[in-house]
Amino acid sequence: MKTLLLLAEHDQHGLKPATLNTLTAAKQLSNNITLLLVGPDSERAATQASAYQGVTNVMINNHACYDHGLAENIAALMADLAQPFTYLLAPATTFGKNILPRVSALLTIAMISDVCEIIDDNTFVQPIYAGNALKTVRNLQAKQVLSIRTSAFTAAGELTSTPAPIDVLTQHPQARACTFINQQLTVSTRPELTSARVIIAGGRALQSADNFDTLLAPLATKLNAAIGASRAAVDAGFAPNDQQVGQTGKIVAPELYIAIGISGAIQHLAGMKDSNVIVAINCDPDAAIFHCADYGLVGDLHQIVPELIEKL
Amino acid sequence: MKILVAVKRVIDPYAKIRVNADQTGIETHNVKLSMNPFDEIALEEALRLKEQGLASEIIVISIGPIQAQETLRQGLALGADRAILIQTDQDLEPLVIAQLLNRISLREAPQLIILGKQAIDNDANQTGQMLAALLNWPQATFASKVTIDQQRVTVEREIDGGLQTLAFDLPGIITTDLRLNTPRFAKLPNIMKAKSKPLEIIASETLGIDLTPRLTTLSIKPPPIRPKGILVHSVDELIDKLRFEAKVI
Amino acid sequence: MTREIMVYDVVIVGAGPAGLSAAIRLKQLAPTRSVCILDKGADIGAHILSGAVFETSALDKLIPDWQARGAPIRVNVTEDHWLFLSATNAWRVPSWLLPKPLHNAGNYIISLANLCRWLSEQATELGVDIYPGFAASEILYNDQNQVIGVATGDMGRAKNGTEKSNFTPGIALHASYTLLAEGCRGSLTESLITRFQLRKDACPQTYGLGIKEIWEIDPALHRPGKVMHTAGWPLDNQTYGGSFIYHLEQNQVAIGFVTGLDYQNPYLDPFCEMQRFKTHPAIKPLFLNAKRVSYGARALNEGGYQSIPTLVFPGGALIGCAAGFLNVPKIKGSHNAMKSAMLAAEAVNNALSLNANPRIPLHAYPAALKQSSVYQELHQVRNFRPWFSKLGLFWGTLVAGFELKLFQGRVPWTLKHPREDRARTLKAHQASVIHYPKADGVLSFDRASSVYLANIRHDENQPVHLHLRNPNLAIDVCYPDYAAPEQRYCPAGVYEIIHDLNKAPRLHINAANCVHCKTCDIKDPTDNIVWTVPEGGCGPNYPNM
Ligand SMILES: Cc1cc2nc3c(=O)[nH]c(=O)nc-3n(C[C@H](O)[C@H](O)[C@H](O)COP(=O)(O)OP(=O)(O)OC[C@H]3O[C@@H](n4cnc5c(N)ncnc54)[C@H](O)[C@@H]3O)c2cc1C
Ligand SMILES: Cc1cc2nc3c(=O)[nH]c(=O)nc-3n(C[C@H](O)[C@H](O)[C@H](O)COP(=O)(O)OP(=O)(O)OC[C@H]3O[C@@H](n4cnc5c(N)ncnc54)[C@H](O)[C@@H]3O)c2cc1C
Ligand code: SF4
Repeated sequence: MKTLLLLAEHDQHGLKPATLNTLTAAKQLSNNITLLLVGPDSERAATQASAYQGVTNVMINNHACYDHGLAENIAALMADLAQPFTYLLAPATTFGKNILPRVSALLTIAMISDVCEIIDDNTFVQPIYAGNALKTVRNLQAKQVLSIRTSAFTAAGELTSTPAPIDVLTQHPQARACTFINQQLTVSTRPELTSARVIIAGGRALQSADNFDTLLAPLATKLNAAIGASRAAVDAGFAPNDQQVGQTGKIVAPELYIAIGISGAIQHLAGMKDSNVIVAINCDPDAAIFHCADYGLVGDLHQIVPELIEKL
Repeated sequence: MKILVAVKRVIDPYAKIRVNADQTGIETHNVKLSMNPFDEIALEEALRLKEQGLASEIIVISIGPIQAQETLRQGLALGADRAILIQTDQDLEPLVIAQLLNRISLREAPQLIILGKQAIDNDANQTGQMLAALLNWPQATFASKVTIDQQRVTVEREIDGGLQTLAFDLPGIITTDLRLNTPRFAKLPNIMKAKSKPLEIIASETLGIDLTPRLTTLSIKPPPIRPKGILVHSVDELIDKLRFEAKVI
Repeated sequence: MTREIMVYDVVIVGAGPAGLSAAIRLKQLAPTRSVCILDKGADIGAHILSGAVFETSALDKLIPDWQARGAPIRVNVTEDHWLFLSATNAWRVPSWLLPKPLHNAGNYIISLANLCRWLSEQATELGVDIYPGFAASEILYNDQNQVIGVATGDMGRAKNGTEKSNFTPGIALHASYTLLAEGCRGSLTESLITRFQLRKDACPQTYGLGIKEIWEIDPALHRPGKVMHTAGWPLDNQTYGGSFIYHLEQNQVAIGFVTGLDYQNPYLDPFCEMQRFKTHPAIKPLFLNAKRVSYGARALNEGGYQSIPTLVFPGGALIGCAAGFLNVPKIKGSHNAMKSAMLAAEAVNNALSLNANPRIPLHAYPAALKQSSVYQELHQVRNFRPWFSKLGLFWGTLVAGFELKLFQGRVPWTLKHPREDRARTLKAHQASVIHYPKADGVLSFDRASSVYLANIRHDENQPVHLHLRNPNLAIDVCYPDYAAPEQRYCPAGVYEIIHDLNKAPRLHINAANCVHCKTCDIKDPTDNIVWTVPEGGCGPNYPNM
């Protein structure tokens, strides 16, 4: 029986979505899954976690030394618990990436980062070179430490009527650790380009900064989206520098990318081709952007965008 | 304070990445190699600390082939005081890299080690954390701001959705994120001077670390080509598809 | 402005075959002399683009044991084809008919960039200081109007000229002699030519634009050592140009298309000519089941013998293609670039050994060159290119071919290049629009996806390095009179005429696209564009062009 320990990420509101994506990956590897939750709000998230189908066990440790996701102590705890488990998993978020390699080193195990596909119980695919290549690796170590690329797995959703038991851990191994000072989570009106779930991007066809404000901004507000731009739009002064998407701008991979009046030059695609769903609005049916768009709409953006805003 | 900065020689960020014909690796023939951009940022931060009078010596270290000397020389030209190359022709795993760095740290006894958060080739994002574990040192990863007051290091770090500030007392490890600083350019006279700065070469086998890979690479493939999508004919159809087919709005 | 100063005996601008050969020769003759080379490419070879079929004559003299030292010269020319193309057909010219300079037996197919990398290792071993990533941006003079060295460009200036946080001022490199080895249409070279009137006794230089791609082709079709040249289609009878296709190592094929920049029709688009050339029935099969891996462009000199400027000035000399020693019918310049550099190095060494007063002009260099194979071969082929300009493809080739084949160029006449290339451009109303086929994404491509394969690195937040002498001229004159040909002759899509809603058209310069081919500096009909160096290390990063 291959057992699996999953380090869950949560906050005061409960489990974070990344944990549920990781759970889906975990279920492909094991039917004996233990979720580990640490920190002050772990009880509440644990109750939630125990209800997910596939979770066999939930362990919580709400000792203050594991607060704020401090890697040193959490890694010490996880390494301490590792002995019975074949797999040690965490989401490849800044939380998981901070802790898991540390666990791996404590156990003298080579770790595999950003697993995006599970081939079999010891063979995995991971993106390298910023996603420009996919590497398939086999891991013949007795234990496997894997961080999971959350966007590659859907979120586990199925619940069970028999919640998993919740154990409260009492040991609290520690290491020489950082002290937490403070944390500011961004609460801007518009999400940041690189972390936004939806991006509305405009190109040269927008013709003016005004049109960015009057056409793109309302659409972005409707979809709680960030605004991006092509280099041509930035160069023309329609949008600020830090909104440039592409080879020399930001590299983004949102759930939804809507390219409006962008021709789809390869340098632009280099910055957004990994988006989950791409929509293109362009009046030229031959525009290159349609080659990579999941949904293309040929037409004049001055008509389409207002209609879109109205109907959403 | 002595600062150790680890730098890796990687395919230049501006070079095109191509998988080789037999899908065993990335084409490196005729491809430019440079210092990993995150490591340039790490070195820059060390240099700034030295300029503030907070550091006395900066050592750049690289683990790689003999050509990695060039990367180290670049580090020396930028302002590091001396360099160490742990020479190997193998592509070592991050754990082994961390073990080797651990050996050198024990010998050199730096108080601060700065590394890039990840190398842009394997994108592993492991070495700094692993080294911190082996040394049992505090770690402040993904740093976007570093301030040092006496023994106290305060680091602002980039986390999903915001910023976190942590502090530790030296010794400790920092890994750098993009926004930490803008690296300087090497000045011509300094490139000259770098040629005479000390660069020690250590054979990787002599450090008593088992270098055998623990993972086997089965293949390296280009990412699948995005399948061509469909044309929709109206805004209504588009909204419908996004809602019910793609489920993204 | 006070700059930090470094002093060398000799400073060389440009690490192409010329600059590197000069440095190596200097060190061979006098190991203690201090020599440095600057190159604007991020790496040695990063800005080198050539064919290249290489004639080893100069290298044999410079480094006789190049083979033993592992020079990247490995592919012997095995087959040599010359084709004339019509839109649908191809005729092979039998090799017995071809004049001798057009034969390639004994030559090698190489990557000139890789050869330069190897030469730079040889030079470094001899103690030359080589600084890639540093552009020479200015010639430095003393009050006696002698060249005393060069300055490197500032790094870290913002677009508006202000200093960014990583600002690093350029430095001055002082030398007894400064050798300009910038290659074709060097930016500092041009300023020197003007200042010292070096072209007073020569014809204007004329040029071609070479656009090149490297493909990885079907191994079944790959014939290492095969050389093929074509003339004719897709260019019209009045436009000089043609293609080369060279089979390199590792299933790679270099394909290049050269268009004479004295072309007349402002609607002509050398990039599109190159793209449609590949669709010719005789060419196309080679590139099916193949992958394009590299793209680049570079101007080359076509003026030859008649256009060689005065080569020396107080404090230095022009060497290699900065002066212009390319043999046009052979399309080979590297061997002459190297040879001229070696002769210049010898002259510098003598001058430094004999003279207490450095910087006196190096007259020994042009004198030696006149006696050398360089002049001999350029003299022999001197009428080849002018015949074409006079008579067009058919008669021009025939007459030039006869002259070469029957008389080996020993004819009493020397034809002139009467005008600069830009001056031959017709006004738009005198010419007809050329409709090029749309790129198919398989054989032919658009500019953006091509430039992508030049691996350009160019910090966009820096001053624009393409200067307009008169910013209004582009829209007031060039656009109405010549239909803004910069949109077409620039192989990287740097120049765009933009029609904003309800506004007058404007010229937008995408400086970050620039592949440093120098065509805009040559061909702008109004002589309004000045190419200067951007920040060092910017521009293309050619792997093995
Ligand atoms: C080294 C280098 C780096 C680069 N980096 C970047 C980068 O980081 N990001 C980037 O974006 N580009 C980059 N580029 C530039 C890139 O090649 C393109 O030039 C640029 O992306 C074009 O922007 P665009 O699509 O907005 O403009 P265009 O190519 O002009 O496209 C405008 C599009 O709008 C359409 N359109 C016009 N009117 C309407 C209308 N009324 N309704 C609907 N559609 C309309 C047109 O059909 C056209 O397809 C780089 C280029 C180089 C060489
Ligand atoms: C398409 C094409 C095909 C060709 N085919 C052949 C062939 O088959 N065989 C052959 O023998 N020849 C061929 N040639 C010609 C050959 O490439 C040239 O003769 C040769 O490269 C000239 O050498 P060079 O050293 O003078 O200049 P280049 O090779 O042009 O080198 C100049 C160097 O100087 C640097 N530089 C320029 N300005 C500055 C500055 N201001 N500061 C710092 N650095 C600077 C450049 O970056 C470059 O690295 C071809 C040329 C072209 C364009
Ligand atoms: S801007 Fe000038 S030098 Fe640059 S690529 Fe275009 S034509 Fe060539």
